Amino acid sequence: MKKLSEFSIGELGVIVKVEADPKIKRRLFDMGVTPGAEVFLRKKAPLGDPLEVTIRGYELTLRKTEAKCVTLEVKA
Amino acid sequence: MKRFALAGNPNCGKTTLFNNLTGSTAHVGNWPGVTVDKREGMYKKCSEPISIIDLPGIYSLSPYTPEEIISRNYILDEKPDCVINIVDATNLERNLYLTTQIMEMDVPMVIALNMMDMVDKQGDKIDEKELENRLGIPVVKISALKGTGLKELMDRALETSLKARKGKTVLEGCELYHLINDVRIALEGQSIENPLFHAIKLVENDELEVKMHATTIKMVDEFKSTFKNDLFGTDFEALVADARYKYISKNYSPLMTKKEKGVKLSKSDKADKVLTNKWAGIPIFLVILFAIFHLTFGEDFLYLSKIFALPSLEDLGLLVEVEGEMVASNFGVSLLACIYDGAIFTPGVILFNLMDLITSTLFGYITLGLEALGASEWVLGLVGDGILGGLGGVLSFVPQIIVLLLFLSILEDTGYMARVAFILDRIFRRFGVSGRAFIPMIMGFGCSIPAMVNTRTLTDERERTLTLRTIPFFSCGAKLPILVAVAGAVAHMVGMGDGSIISFLMYVVGMVVAIVSIILMRSTTQRGEVSPFIMELPAYHVPSFKGLMIHLWDKTKHYVKKVFTIILASTIVVWFLSNFTWNWNMTGDINNSILASIGQFLQPFFTPLGFGSQLNSFGWVFVVAAVTGLIAKEEVIATFGTLGALFVALGTGVPELAAEGANDVYLMVLGTGITWPALISFIVFNMTTIPCFAAVAAAKGETTKGKFKWTLLFWIVTSYVVSTIVYVVLSWWWTLFIFLAVAVGVVFAIRAYNKKHPVKGVN
Repeated sequence: MKKLSEFSIGELGVIVKVEADPKIKRRLFDMGVTPGAEVFLRKKAPLGDPLEVTIRGYELTLRKTEAKCVTLEVKA
Repeated sequence: MKRFALAGNPNCGKTTLFNNLTGSTAHVGNWPGVTVDKREGMYKKCSEPISIIDLPGIYSLSPYTPEEIISRNYILDEKPDCVINIVDATNLERNLYLTTQIMEMDVPMVIALNMMDMVDKQGDKIDEKELENRLGIPVVKISALKGTGLKELMDRALETSLKARKGKTVLEGCELYHLINDVRIALEGQSIENPLFHAIKLVENDELEVKMHATTIKMVDEFKSTFKNDLFGTDFEALVADARYKYISKNYSPLMTKKEKGVKLSKSDKADKVLTNKWAGIPIFLVILFAIFHLTFGEDFLYLSKIFALPSLEDLGLLVEVEGEMVASNFGVSLLACIYDGAIFTPGVILFNLMDLITSTLFGYITLGLEALGASEWVLGLVGDGILGGLGGVLSFVPQIIVLLLFLSILEDTGYMARVAFILDRIFRRFGVSGRAFIPMIMGFGCSIPAMVNTRTLTDERERTLTLRTIPFFSCGAKLPILVAVAGAVAHMVGMGDGSIISFLMYVVGMVVAIVSIILMRSTTQRGEVSPFIMELPAYHVPSFKGLMIHLWDKTKHYVKKVFTIILASTIVVWFLSNFTWNWNMTGDINNSILASIGQFLQPFFTPLGFGSQLNSFGWVFVVAAVTGLIAKEEVIATFGTLGALFVALGTGVPELAAEGANDVYLMVLGTGITWPALISFIVFNMTTIPCFAAVAAAKGETTKGKFKWTLLFWIVTSYVVSTIVYVVLSWWWTLFIFLAVAVGVVFAIRAYNKKHPVKGVN
């Protein structure tokens, strides 16, 4: 189990839980960041933050602070 | 008349579909009370005309953003005859998430499966018949861009709108369904419309619904106390969102068969690898930015004249002297002068010159025509100098604004703009805004108006206010003449050669003021966390010509409209003020005009800034120039031009400075005895004060109610304070230490205050 903010580029995981303020959590959910979804960390911005992930077949960007709210099971 | 509403995710091709359906009939307004676009148009190709309403692009019907609230309230309260839900077929899973929410409302609905051309191109397939069966809602394949399937879509929508539809939900298999159903029955008992939708929102503990149904929410709360879920606990909002996605990935996603692509990188991936590269990403962005500004505003295409010695038109003997000025010898040379004069101009400048040539020629004929008709002197003055002069000045900027908007639309349509926000977010967050705020700010260098209109893409209201207020500090194209002219005069006074270094420094000062004021507002009036940055990065694609033109027209429309309303009105007012005396007599001497007496009245207030009472009796000209700058910043130098002639007549002598307009400014120096620190302060004042009327109107349109007056006050105070500091420090260098001490004091005072009065969510 690992937070999304601790992922390194190229790592793949399945979301286990999302914990955040209601507003941010709802936004994450609406964008498809829900438990069970597969997340692939594609890259980090040139200055190391925000992150770009592939989720549900599209590209999503979020900051490390928001990625901290997402816990995942790392998949090999 | 029937009304159909378009609903869908951002980036799903909604604007394109809307424009394609409605053609030129669309008109744009704001939803009452909020600054979200409201667009309506007519579709005329069905058996009856249909009004099309474009709802804002949304991902969900949550209660958290104005766009989402507007969309759901529109469907619930205004009851359109049909909702056309546009679904991006290349991104089926996330798009259907919104679909599952809309279908819970009791409203007829069809699904437009858009971007089918892209799906076909990728070799993927979608079983739309099966999708239609499973959803129980008509599905039509379309391509908004290519215009295919639109007729069928509208026919199906018309047919569907004839019979009522009961809301349906995909949550039937969810463990909360019993509760949802009980709440629905209870609401139905109270004869509430859309019971299923309200029931689900209540179960989600939606803040808007909880207020509306205070009695029914008790049912949910009671249920909650007996409920247990290992994963989500009693977070029903999460449970519902999760159930929707589970249902979608189980039932709908398999209907899409993707062609095996193998490991080969797509073109989009390859482009992305370079554009957002760890090392090259930021330099590439800077190069693109520079190229855009060079092509729009540069007077020396690719700096060819610096490399090759190119002769000017005068060297070529194509100019003749008329009344001491060198002018083109015939119309052909005038045309050539639009493109070339000692340097090849860039596209933006060429178009600017052409527009200028057209308007001045045309307006010249109008004036001649009026004279031939025997119009009286004041009519000639009003039409010629007032209306046509003012409009001409502003209209010439339209082509350049269009070119700038074209480049920015290309960046947006290719998907690069979203990456710019991605690359820069880290830097901008330090100052208190997200990476997205950068785009409107940088647009401000071109023209504040499109930049301010662009702030509506920012989701957070505080961020929108901060960005909007600082846009004028990114010195726009119309302020450039002020910079060039005044800096040229200053350079002459201090013996610096040319004014380009001063001009550059002024741009830097503007940006520093922007950053400092954002930080200040963030720690005082606009306290709060930087808004979250959770954003879709759309796939890169080559923009289509048609799509570009649609976006371009969409943005230009605002500007052109303003030229013919506010700017037209204000030029008339200024002309009147500068040509009439208080007793309603027309005067040829501006010194006697109403404008001059207003200037004289205001002059003392500008003493701390260096261009107030310390100047001689002609000192009011700077105040008047600054005031006319409120109409359009070009007016500042135009005013100097008019007044400069006055000083020459008084016998100040004629200096010969190279920079455009610098002579006029230097005449002001000779005539009023202004010092160079005061001239710098004058530039800073013009750069940071209230922008031109047109931009003020744009700002008013984009600010939330009640904030506009504070925005105006912010501009006045900022420009006054900053200009005073600039003048005083440049005049007496040791005062710098006093200001630094005051600044440190202010920082400590704010910190102490904020510690005592913490705002929730601020550290």
